[in-house]
Amino acid sequence: MRARPYALRKATNAVALGLTGAAAALTLGILFAILAYIAANGASALNWDFFTKLPAPVGETGGGLANAIVGTLKLLLLASAIGIPVGFLGGVYLAEFGHGRTGFVVRYASDVLNGVPSIVIGIVAYTLIVLPMKQFSSLAGGVALGIIMIPTVVRSTEELLKLVPSNVREAALALGVNEWKTVLFVVIPTALRGVLAGVLLSLARVAGETAPLLFTALSNRYWSHGWLEPTASLPVMVYTYAIAPYDDWHRQAWAGALVLITMVLGVNILARLGVSRRASAS
Amino acid sequence: MRRSTSRRDRGSDRPRRSRNPSDRLFRGATLGFALAILGLALLVAWQLFIHSKLSREQFGWSFLWTQTWDPVAGQFGALPFIYGTLVTSVLALVIAVPLGLGTALFLAELAPPRLSQWLAFMVELLAAIPSVIYGLVGIFIVVPWVRVHLEPALSGTLGFLPLFRGAPYGVGFLTAGLILAVMVVPFITSVSREVLLAVPRVQREAALALGATRWEMLRMAVLPYARSGIAGSILLALARALGETMAVTMVIGNKPQIAASLFEPGYTMPAVLANEFTEATDDLYLHALIEIGLVLFVVTVLINGIARLMLMRLAVPAGPVKR
Repeated sequence: MRARPYALRKATNAVALGLTGAAAALTLGILFAILAYIAANGASALNWDFFTKLPAPVGETGGGLANAIVGTLKLLLLASAIGIPVGFLGGVYLAEFGHGRTGFVVRYASDVLNGVPSIVIGIVAYTLIVLPMKQFSSLAGGVALGIIMIPTVVRSTEELLKLVPSNVREAALALGVNEWKTVLFVVIPTALRGVLAGVLLSLARVAGETAPLLFTALSNRYWSHGWLEPTASLPVMVYTYAIAPYDDWHRQAWAGALVLITMVLGVNILARLGVSRRASAS
Repeated sequence: MRRSTSRRDRGSDRPRRSRNPSDRLFRGATLGFALAILGLALLVAWQLFIHSKLSREQFGWSFLWTQTWDPVAGQFGALPFIYGTLVTSVLALVIAVPLGLGTALFLAELAPPRLSQWLAFMVELLAAIPSVIYGLVGIFIVVPWVRVHLEPALSGTLGFLPLFRGAPYGVGFLTAGLILAVMVVPFITSVSREVLLAVPRVQREAALALGATRWEMLRMAVLPYARSGIAGSILLALARALGETMAVTMVIGNKPQIAASLFEPGYTMPAVLANEFTEATDDLYLHALIEIGLVLFVVTVLINGIARLMLMRLAVPAGPVKR
């Protein structure tokens, strides 16, 4: 390489490093712009009716999304019932016993699941539940969200359990404690805060999922009873209202977006503040 | 999103397997759940495969390069959707790679460590924002901006390229690509940042000791070392972009056409699933849609698989030098 004048090299250096700074500023600027737009448009649209009333009949203004908020909570409950036990115990296996080939294969499968687009998981829930039951339902939506939760819970559980020093395990084992008691009562409690944060983060992630609900939970302008009826959910309502031609619906879409993003960001920040820096894995 | 780099520290010296029955029960139970995850991944593939049977048998491989999508006539070809997915994803990467990599370089190399951690957290928040919210911001803010400002400016300056010709609709490939770019930047930034931080310190010091400027050090000593990890992060971002549904559906215009201009409305594979799935009136239509899902599944699994391997391989030669 031919020698270049020092001044030129210094100038290149300054320009290139300046550009990286500009990229960082732009990325963060976009984040703040998005948050600002949602806060501005959502705050003026949010009112008490939003949380307490059913959607108004088409063409009328007013009403709220109470059923969608309850629907989202129901879906998250069912998703947790599926995603947390499977993801957590799978993660325990990978962290504690998954050093061999089985561990490798399961870890890979979990990564593959994590990369599958959420709408494809929606299709699978559709073929598994909606087709046989001939009915869109909260059940199908909850199962779809549960499947999406699993890989993120697996990964965060595994990573956090692996952060527990092996000395802790060895100390327990040396005292004659059984392996299962060591894992259950020594290792897991040590990592519990982080594991909980990971679970919360994965809940926050599926709380905003829209695509897998479109043809599983569908939507509903009324209350949904039990688990076998279609249900409204906050993200799907935001979508429906955003693409509808009514100004009042647009207003409510922004309000819904504000509620959703407050929840998602709140959980992220809580998890971040509450636990070690590793916990931000999602 | 954050992934471990070297996890091979335990294993050789772990305690021997316990023979205690309760231990074996516990181990067996967790193994059961772990295998359930494997089973689930296989179930996903199987369900997509059997429920696309009618379409696969009727159209064969030509499904992938046929342009007709006519539910009434029972003719299904996925080409316009594949085209739209590719164009928007590539466009997203063209924007997101410099932006994300620049941000990663700034965070890993220039920002003080504590600040860097917080900024990295904020970049990751971009990935936490639900996709439907990107769509909402897209419809009401980005689309009008693109229609009024960006597209006229582009056709004024670069209008000699077929890419930037035509009427400014606002909705279309360009807007979808822009929004996708923002959505995948955090994947590139956070993985690349970790990869850059894992580059051994001696690598940097050697370059600096030879009189390199900071940028030369990055370009000649750090980036080549981190190359495969960065490539992995880009592939992860690509897989995300290909499967992204809501935001794209809301701004791409949903018109199954193959157009040279980025200003034109188009359609993507996830978008057609989102729009038409509940309308599928007969089995062939449903199977054709599920086959699109199958294609999406296979492509994202392949890309993710390669990306994981690239990131995994990186962990092996990284020596004991830690920052």
